Amino acid sequence: MKLKASLTTAMTWFLVLLFFFPVFWMFLNAFKSEQDAATIPPKFVFTPTLEGFQLAWDRGMATYMANSLMASIGATLLILLLAVPGAYALSIRPIKKTQDTLFFFISTRFLPVAAVILPLYMIFKSLGVLDNIIALGFVYAAINLPIAIWMMRSFFLEVPKELVEAAQLDGAGLFKELTQVVLPLVLPGIAAAGLIVFIFSWNEYFLATLLTTSDAKTTPPFLASFVDGRGLFLGAISAAASLASLPVIIAGWVAQKQLVRGLAMGAVK
Amino acid sequence: MLKRNRLAAISASVAVSALVLAGCSSSDDTATDAATTDAAAETTEEAATGEDVTITVATVNNGNMKDMESLAPIYEAENPGVSINFQVMEEGDLRSAVTADVASGAGQYDVVTIGAYEVPQWGANGWLTDLTPALAEGDYDVEDILPPVREALSVNGQQYAVPFYGESSILMYNKEVMDAAGITISNNPTWDEVATAAKAVNTDDMAGICLRGKPGWGDLFAPLTTVVQTFGGAWYDMDWNAQVNSPEFIEAVTFYKDLLDEAGQPDPVSYSFNECLTALQNGKVAMWYDASVAASMLEADGSPVQGKMGYAHAPVKETAESGWLWSWNLAVPVSTKNQDAAINFVKWATSKDYQQLVGTELGWSLVPPGARISTYSIPEYQEAAAAYAPITLDVMSSVNPVQPGVNPQPWVGIQYVAIPEFQDVGNQVAQLVADAIAGRGTVEEALNKGQEIAQVAGDAQK
Amino acid sequence: MAQDQAVGVIKPPSMDKIEKRQAWKRRSILLPALIFAILMTQIPFLVTIGYSTFKWNLLKPDDFGFVGFDNYITVFTAGDLWPSIIATVLITTLAVVLSLLIGLFFAILLDRSFRGQALARTLLITPFLIMPAAASLIWKYSMFDTNIGVINWFVTSLGLPPIEWSTDYPLATVVIVLVWQFTPFMMLILLAGLQSQSKEVLEAASVDGAGAWRTFQWITLPHMRMYIEISVLLGTIILLQVFDPIAIMTKGTGGTKTLSYLLYERAFIGLNVGEAAAYGVIAVVLTIVVATLALRTMFKVFLDGGGK
Repeated sequence: MKLKASLTTAMTWFLVLLFFFPVFWMFLNAFKSEQDAATIPPKFVFTPTLEGFQLAWDRGMATYMANSLMASIGATLLILLLAVPGAYALSIRPIKKTQDTLFFFISTRFLPVAAVILPLYMIFKSLGVLDNIIALGFVYAAINLPIAIWMMRSFFLEVPKELVEAAQLDGAGLFKELTQVVLPLVLPGIAAAGLIVFIFSWNEYFLATLLTTSDAKTTPPFLASFVDGRGLFLGAISAAASLASLPVIIAGWVAQKQLVRGLAMGAVK
Repeated sequence: MLKRNRLAAISASVAVSALVLAGCSSSDDTATDAATTDAAAETTEEAATGEDVTITVATVNNGNMKDMESLAPIYEAENPGVSINFQVMEEGDLRSAVTADVASGAGQYDVVTIGAYEVPQWGANGWLTDLTPALAEGDYDVEDILPPVREALSVNGQQYAVPFYGESSILMYNKEVMDAAGITISNNPTWDEVATAAKAVNTDDMAGICLRGKPGWGDLFAPLTTVVQTFGGAWYDMDWNAQVNSPEFIEAVTFYKDLLDEAGQPDPVSYSFNECLTALQNGKVAMWYDASVAASMLEADGSPVQGKMGYAHAPVKETAESGWLWSWNLAVPVSTKNQDAAINFVKWATSKDYQQLVGTELGWSLVPPGARISTYSIPEYQEAAAAYAPITLDVMSSVNPVQPGVNPQPWVGIQYVAIPEFQDVGNQVAQLVADAIAGRGTVEEALNKGQEIAQVAGDAQK
Repeated sequence: MAQDQAVGVIKPPSMDKIEKRQAWKRRSILLPALIFAILMTQIPFLVTIGYSTFKWNLLKPDDFGFVGFDNYITVFTAGDLWPSIIATVLITTLAVVLSLLIGLFFAILLDRSFRGQALARTLLITPFLIMPAAASLIWKYSMFDTNIGVINWFVTSLGLPPIEWSTDYPLATVVIVLVWQFTPFMMLILLAGLQSQSKEVLEAASVDGAGAWRTFQWITLPHMRMYIEISVLLGTIILLQVFDPIAIMTKGTGGTKTLSYLLYERAFIGLNVGEAAAYGVIAVVLTIVVATLALRTMFKVFLDGGGK
């Protein structure tokens, strides 16, 4: 029995590391000079350098990361504020309107960004909010709200009716019902949804490139600016991308801690 | 159901008002362009009297631009109250962002980096400030700018941008490999000569020649257009009839494809400048036809092939020269609110003094190439760039952007057609040709489809 | 309503009214989200529809005017639409199915407690966290490249010729990168689903002597149905819009020109506002048709979902 468990663990780790390899290679490249990053055969052993990170830092990466944080955290908080009650409302006894509303939400995601980006540019321009990080955050919230609602709703649907009814019989108001009874049970789902929404906002590229200039510029267009048509750039962009992924990795670590069995439904009786 | 209908009615009225709003804002801009320039002039007068000014420069991640960024503090020290804000973008994004900004009059950028392809079109559109009077002032010496480059940046005698980087195309070959095979490449080789040489040195481990294959008007079609033109073909004739499936065009593309098949690098569709550079430096290819700036990288300290390379003019067939012409240039959009300060910076960054500054502060091999003739007379530069400066000057002075091919053409430009549709047309045809290179369809099929696409754009010019 | 009556409960009229009001109150907390969504999405959409009726190319400012349905006619007759629909369906289906299967596999592997499980899970999520453009660049240069790529280094050291990814296998190139990036997305949702299984039911099953496979088949899988549906639905919606691998590695050659890349070319390179808007509207209509069909026939999570 123990052997089987150890073998499974070993296989799991092997597959995880294999899957992780390209990311590991990116982290490795971040410490290479441009010449080292483009050698034949690929170098596993080399003299590490911080020149890529230095370049990214000198180019103002801190400011761009700060902008990204503002837009992404802002969007995520706004989404949580709107989607938690919204998804809950859509998870109680369904009526035809529930289906229509759910479909409406997901349909807002059907319009490709490339089609709406120039109209959005014109709207932003006439409102005078080009290069405005708050406006960008609002747009990110709007884009990712449907995903959060659909995801969270499916977790709300899991909550046993009896628990809710018991709380209601105990005299709990809607707010208490939601925050003290239901929410603790669906925390893994909320964490997963929040993380996904944060990641999409953090990595969003198109809108950030066209709707910002300098004050509101976020990390993705900054990363793209390392692409050089006449010169190697793999080391520099690996360094910048590695730095850019740190906040999301931290967010991922925090979120995955919520995905722990033990918050099982049947635990409360 | 009723609620939905009500929602629809509200939406419809919002739509109408939104349309009106949107329509108004855009047409207002074109109508009040004149007013904006007057207003801009007023504000720049204020700026000149001492208010702090920030010049926002939209630019590409180009080596010379990176140097300019590092030297900007010197300019800021000499011009108190002015600060330069560099916004670096990827080339494709830069084009879209700057076009959207300039076309809609948003005025977020004071100085823009645009290519030789855009300058004449945007100048003709009235989007760029005419720099001719400003450049004639002082000791700027605008005549020092390489004549072909200047030619490509002017419309009706008015110059709309100044170059800070210029390039043409050359043939580069590993002399050691060639000598070992007993092959000599002349200074003005023909394509047949090059093909023979490439096939002779081609082995499993090292391809004979590296040629771009990445689909794109600026990737694959930069070298391919020069091949087409030296084979006697062209994109359009004088009456704007597309010539994409003419016998010469087909012959040229077939030649290019066959050369790749027989002596070219593997996975050509993924190769552009950087990939060929890496391959050549690592001994995976013996020859390379690409931008002249590559020579300075191959001869840089730390390059594995430093001192081993030979350089020649771009290979020809029926023309005397076939090198392309590209420059990255600084221009000032008319929508800027800081016109005087912007022009001042542009002049500084492309002046003779600036060249000296780069040489003394950063190193003589880093002086921007391909912009000014006098660069090539600076003794320190001649010494530092001895391996590649002469061929660059030679090639850049001998190309003719007015008629690069066998026949006259109704636009100025070598490896591109200076019409707005060309980005799209070039990309589409490049994708078709790339599929043919990959063996999915014949060259004729690809070019026949390309002919239709190009003809639509050609008709729009008539 | 039907459920109450089925149980045979007869309610006094005032109770019914109170219940209705309570239900309405609980549903009304949806309003902020709904209003926000309508304002922020429908206005741009209507402007987009409006623009689609205009001839408007940013690069040709003088050539501007109302043209009604001309843009739509161009879209349907240009010959690019149908191949892009096929490419989209092909790439999206492959990417969704493969990342779902691999994601499920990983979710099961990680659904147990073992040494370093938190680290393993975080490592597995990272591909999804990397910016899509950066991920595509890493794969293009560090994995797929014929000279400096790790895969071809491995292949050539076995004596084989290098694999010409972008030229010979453009579809596989794009799908591999997409699957790599989206497997963690699927895994996250599926893992949350696996974690939410009732411990007691699982314990009861093992006490009853059900083996791992039977437990999986009869208890886990039905429970997971909704999570699988959610992952497929959301994954599809998002994958429909990706274009980074195509833009960076194949540029639409070899049958990889999806609708989103085609749109990107029209909007960003052609800068043709009118035509791009028309493409967008058509994309929305097509997606609504497909989504309606799919949701109303297959997706349990949309059809009944709950019943509180």
